[in-house]
Amino acid sequence: MDKFNRKSIVLLVGLALLLALPPITIAMEEAYFISLFSRIMIYALAAVSLDLILGYAGMASLGHGAFLGVGAYAVGILAFHVTEETAIPFLPGGWAGSINAVISWGSAIVVSSLFALVIGALSLRTSGVYFIMITLAFAQMLFFFFVSLTTYGGEDGINLDQRSQIPGLDLADDASFYYVCLALLLAFVYICYRIVNSRFGMVMRGCKQNETRMRALGYSTYRYKLICFVIAGAGAGLAGALIANQSEFVGPGLMHWTRSGEVMIMVILGGMGTIFGPIFGAVALLLMEEVLAAYTEHWMIILGPVLIFVVLFARRGIYGFLTGDGGRDG
Amino acid sequence: MTFYLFLEQTLNAFQLGVMLFLMAAGLTLVFGIMNMINLAHGSFYMIGAYVAAYVSDATGSFFIGVAVALPVAAAVGMAVEIIALRRLYKRDHLDQVLATFGLILFFNELTSIIWGPQALFVAIPPVFSGSVELIPGAPYPIYRLVIIGAGLIVALLMRTLIVKTRTGMLIRAGASNREMVSALGIDIDRLYTIIFGLGALLAGLAGAFAGPILATEIGMGENILILTFVVIIVGGIGSIRGALIGALLVGLVDTYGRAFLPQFLRMIFEDPSVADGVGASISSMSIYILMAVVLIFRPRGLFQAYG
Repeated sequence: MDKFNRKSIVLLVGLALLLALPPITIAMEEAYFISLFSRIMIYALAAVSLDLILGYAGMASLGHGAFLGVGAYAVGILAFHVTEETAIPFLPGGWAGSINAVISWGSAIVVSSLFALVIGALSLRTSGVYFIMITLAFAQMLFFFFVSLTTYGGEDGINLDQRSQIPGLDLADDASFYYVCLALLLAFVYICYRIVNSRFGMVMRGCKQNETRMRALGYSTYRYKLICFVIAGAGAGLAGALIANQSEFVGPGLMHWTRSGEVMIMVILGGMGTIFGPIFGAVALLLMEEVLAAYTEHWMIILGPVLIFVVLFARRGIYGFLTGDGGRDG
Repeated sequence: MTFYLFLEQTLNAFQLGVMLFLMAAGLTLVFGIMNMINLAHGSFYMIGAYVAAYVSDATGSFFIGVAVALPVAAAVGMAVEIIALRRLYKRDHLDQVLATFGLILFFNELTSIIWGPQALFVAIPPVFSGSVELIPGAPYPIYRLVIIGAGLIVALLMRTLIVKTRTGMLIRAGASNREMVSALGIDIDRLYTIIFGLGALLAGLAGAFAGPILATEIGMGENILILTFVVIIVGGIGSIRGALIGALLVGLVDTYGRAFLPQFLRMIFEDPSVADGVGASISSMSIYILMAVVLIFRPRGLFQAYG
């Protein structure tokens, strides 16, 4: 991105706006926006991770919310046992949980990767519409599992007493938390950018175009797709850990299939098959929600047709529109 | 006592299965023939339920309610097909998922604007209220038996329509080779609209039936939609027979799981509260486990349709 073209201008302006957001909104005395944009950054992270499998590897997963939920519950359950001062019943060793960000967010990433490994290993035996449906079914399975898990609040979920703690940083401060979310988003975007432009990424994109050909070339496409699925699951798990902290609440609603649908909408709205597009999609969708909701409680009656319109006529998404023809990230 | 319970649960399973079949028949046809994945199918169910509830409340007759709900659901289905969805037949499944997701949002909000956010309740029509003793000492609600009976009649009608009539012949032909059908001079667009309307009509019928036993509320369509997807995936996309078998299978697994699993687990676990908790978790997941197992062993469903 050393060329000074339309795409780099769009990205630099976007980044500058995101970096400058807390001071500006504090100066405008609209600090509410910081918390809103923290949420947006977190969903952007989830959307970027979904786009990795959806846009680059051609795996249309309608169950991405599952990993969001698993990540959030990892943080929630660890914090729950700290509050209750009890040992975690299903782990050996009598560990009484943690509210250290490194430990609990790390656990969220590990646990959601493991879930992605199992779900992916089974789901990738199918393809096409069956893949959409089986990922949806696994997410619903987890949704109902956590709804009936009364130890951890069941349908009501877990309220967190406090956000996770990082030594030297006060995450309870909305601006600090926002910068942490932004930093993690940028880090994940960088990882994805490297993945997509690596040899591994080329194999993934080959699978999207023509999997049979990739197999004929001697690639074990199943393994490549599974690894990609796990990376995406890990990203969504991290987003889940952050969303648990942002709202200080964890509930099964995160895994509901409409949530997976929303994340998918962000990807499409922003521009599928681009690294930065989903971020624009997340900003657009959540801001639109916010603005429309201020006018009417029935804002979805506008969002629905907008979505159909985007699918029918504006496939390149916001990012493609802003950057012109250069909207390809590698 | 246990036998009565078993009989009652089996009938409940059939009743759920029949409702799911009504939903699945339309969805699997649209899927099998137009290669279209339609998440908004649940919205037709919801529209059928709301119109039936509203009209039966206004007229005092459940039957008029159902009679009005069916054409309304079919008309909405055909309108949606003509306005938006026919542009999506050639697109990939992802586009179809997203656009029909947009339709769900639209219809849910529209319903909430017209009828408000509260659930509507419909009384069971007096003719069908009360229960009947199938075996002495085992009363069973008549209305649920009526649903089972009506569903089976619809299944037979569907079979007659598809096997014996010219429209059915075209539907079958369209499923196996659509280019050839249109090359032979059949208006394939009109055929697709008819199939869509038929599917919406069946979904509306299921919704109208559901009114008196479930709450008529926003989002009711999505709940049954996901179950319906499980049904057609288990049964095999595009196969009406698969839809019927899949619907009954899902009905049985779900109902038996909820009814008998906690009891069964009490024999294994010492602590009854643990058994109930685990039982509730597993039984609410049971049909998804069924679907995952079917897909792992038969990735294209039990009855794979051709074409």
